[in-house]
Amino acid sequence: MNENERQTISVNLKINSVNHALQIEPRVSLLDALREFAGLTGTKKGCNQGACGACTVLVDGTRINSCFALAVQYEGRDITTIEGLAEDGELHALQSAFIEHDGFQCGYCTPGQICSAVGMFKEFQRGLPSAVSETMTGEIEFSDEEIKERMSGNLCRCGAYVGITEAIHEAFDAEVKR
Amino acid sequence: MSNEIGKPLSRLDGRPKVTGAARYTADTPIEGLTYAVFATSTIPHGRVTKLDVSKAEVAPGVLKVLTHLNTPKLKPIQHPPAGQSLMPLQDDRILYEGQPVALVVADTWERARHAADLVRVEYARAPFLMDFTEHLDKAVTVKGFFEPDSKTGDFDRAFNSAPVKLKQNYHLADRHHNAMEPHATIAAWRRGKLDMYDTVQGVFVARTVIAQALGRKPADVRVRSKYLGGGYGCKGFVWPHQILAAVAAREVRRPVKLVLTRAQDYTSHGYQAATEQTVTLAAGRDGQLVALRHESVAPGSMSDDYVEYGAIASRTMYACPALETRHRIVRVNRGPGTPMRAPQEGPSMFGLECAMDELAVVLKMDPVELRLKNYAERDPTKGKPFSSKKLRECYSEGAQRFGWERRNPKPGSMREGHDLIGWGMASALMETYRFPATARVTLERGGTVLIESGTQEIGTGVYTIMPQIAADVLGVAPERVRLVLGDTTLPGAGMTAGSSTTMGVGSAVHDAATKLKQKLTEMAGGPIAPDAYADLLKRRRLEKLSAEGLWKPDGEAGTGESKEWTMYTFGAVFVEVRVDESLRVPRLARCVGVYSAGRIINPKTARSQMTGGMIWGLGQALLEHTELELNYGRYVAKDLANYLVPVNADVPDLEAYFVDEVDEHASPIGAKGIGELGAVGVSAAIANAVYHATGVRVRDLPITVEKLL
Repeated sequence: MNENERQTISVNLKINSVNHALQIEPRVSLLDALREFAGLTGTKKGCNQGACGACTVLVDGTRINSCFALAVQYEGRDITTIEGLAEDGELHALQSAFIEHDGFQCGYCTPGQICSAVGMFKEFQRGLPSAVSETMTGEIEFSDEEIKERMSGNLCRCGAYVGITEAIHEAFDAEVKR
Repeated sequence: MSNEIGKPLSRLDGRPKVTGAARYTADTPIEGLTYAVFATSTIPHGRVTKLDVSKAEVAPGVLKVLTHLNTPKLKPIQHPPAGQSLMPLQDDRILYEGQPVALVVADTWERARHAADLVRVEYARAPFLMDFTEHLDKAVTVKGFFEPDSKTGDFDRAFNSAPVKLKQNYHLADRHHNAMEPHATIAAWRRGKLDMYDTVQGVFVARTVIAQALGRKPADVRVRSKYLGGGYGCKGFVWPHQILAAVAAREVRRPVKLVLTRAQDYTSHGYQAATEQTVTLAAGRDGQLVALRHESVAPGSMSDDYVEYGAIASRTMYACPALETRHRIVRVNRGPGTPMRAPQEGPSMFGLECAMDELAVVLKMDPVELRLKNYAERDPTKGKPFSSKKLRECYSEGAQRFGWERRNPKPGSMREGHDLIGWGMASALMETYRFPATARVTLERGGTVLIESGTQEIGTGVYTIMPQIAADVLGVAPERVRLVLGDTTLPGAGMTAGSSTTMGVGSAVHDAATKLKQKLTEMAGGPIAPDAYADLLKRRRLEKLSAEGLWKPDGEAGTGESKEWTMYTFGAVFVEVRVDESLRVPRLARCVGVYSAGRIINPKTARSQMTGGMIWGLGQALLEHTELELNYGRYVAKDLANYLVPVNADVPDLEAYFVDEVDEHASPIGAKGIGELGAVGVSAAIANAVYHATGVRVRDLPITVEKLL
């Protein structure tokens, strides 16, 4: 066993339905595992401190900051990154809405914004209230105010918030009304 | 022309950006990559007396530890276009906290990061200066980008005889760019030549400076920048880490990736220097300005002469016969400032437009009327006419859209429930800096079109706008046109800075496309329909047909001035703020901006530019402030949790409109620039609205709750 093997462990991650067997140190974050070891660079490193949301991915459908997570914690979980949202080359409705409503400029926060919005909508559907919700238990309206509040963990320095809110509203509105 | 210009086309780089396929610098896959991490100085001034790298050097995976003791000597570089002339790791001097003292290279990022923590440094501390406002007596005059002083007319005489006078101080905070993408460089040496991927707003400028520092010919250096995750100025100049990454790659003989940490981003590539501004105004009772003096002091660095021109807008904005501006800096132990969206006019329009609001209050005059009374038909300092200016239309359309006529001028008079409502306005102004550019447009087999130009995509939409311009000339669909950019092997273009790209690169693309169309027409022996292009190539047995385009502004490059004209963009910004009567938290409730900015190529991306700019203004007005720690001489918070940038919930309804305008004096395509204009005037409009809501005049940004208690 060489020194490198002594310091690393094998970690199996299921990312976008594909298994990745990685040989990494236990201190490698999920974000760095994705980017530097699994070759999935769509997920972005903005602050590496859990403050900007650029690294947001979905784990079993729940949004998390992947910079704040160790890869070893996520064995056996379903990890979805921005690369896994489109199906057979068909963009997710939210991806199309981001393009249509110009919900980005430089595009660096965009993978995190989109993954976060997908997770956010699931939270909303589960009835999870936010700080601006009128009720803790009853039906919450899928309003711009709710979207803005729930998306405030994802910073966009270009200031594309107007388009981001419009895109999320449009993409999920049909589902809310259903 | 097929009218592609002016269409709200969705971004052609939308798909790669929403799928994660767009490759930013740090995403570039390179075989055999190693990772570099800086250890940085913990003191703001002094010398390194002892360096212990023994633990770092033997840590697992470490390939090299560079310090000032073993880093090869580099050739001197100058600011500009380097962000600073001070090159770390060349001697034991420390001039600011955060200055690199060691660079560790290892086989993984985790190992490099850990080893950087193992570097032990001892210092001899020296006295330092941090807060320039405590040392205004040490202010000095230096020549930065512009003349430090200007003087028109006899200020004292005009001032002394005027019936209405006003003098106020305004303070803007230090701020940081905080692009979401940290600075990143990948450097690889291949057969004695340097190949770099870099987060830089100007690949050619980067090549020049990096080659100079390394003592190489520019031809030995290739720099690429395919997508930038924002920059806002901090990736404009070339900074030491880019050069040191190249040095490290040469030392370890392997490609090196250097990505700055968020904390290092605060000390490695500039910031927007605070300004302490004094505005002195004198006017007749009718509101006509007779004297205007605007003075600004900003922090500077110990090594270089970057100046934030916190009074410069007053040289141009209003017709006034006696007009003086003055700029000084106080050198402090911090890295240098650098342009930040929006520099110069951005900070200076805060002081000027707040002072104008205060004058309107003294005169009991409507703020819009006061501005119209002093409307400048010519640049009052340069004496030249404006190449185009429809600011009057901006004021009237903005006021009408906002509903300004319903404003009760009395402070505190408008409210709804617990909210005090304030309505304020300000003007916006930005110089139209023009830079030369070149481009090549190629018709390819199959009829697709390729544009090549060494410009950069920073989020402004060039991957969409340039195809629209070429498509407009050639009569093809913009989706059939693609742009390749960000590479020093391409035709030369300037920095993505100063809101200049659409104008400069766009005009070069227009020129190349026009020449290509001429070639095609000649080859066809007469007018040719776009759907016959491919056939023509086939018949001539040509793989492709190219034309080179060039645009060189008349007048001095990098200015907004030609022999006959002076060039600026303008706007009028109207805002509503709401302040809870008990909690006193100020919030922006809506913003309407109307702009006079030349021809708009793509209204969809342009609207995003302007509303994004407004959000920058909102941050400047209410949130952003880099706090100084005066005992240790550092920034208190070097992160995104404690430095507040606007989040989605801070952002209300934002509306941006353009008046119909084509400025053919500025550029052949009639365009000017809009990247920075949207960020100008907003903070003054908000401060003026806060006064209208509360009766409290805050002259010190950001306007935080404690200033309204």
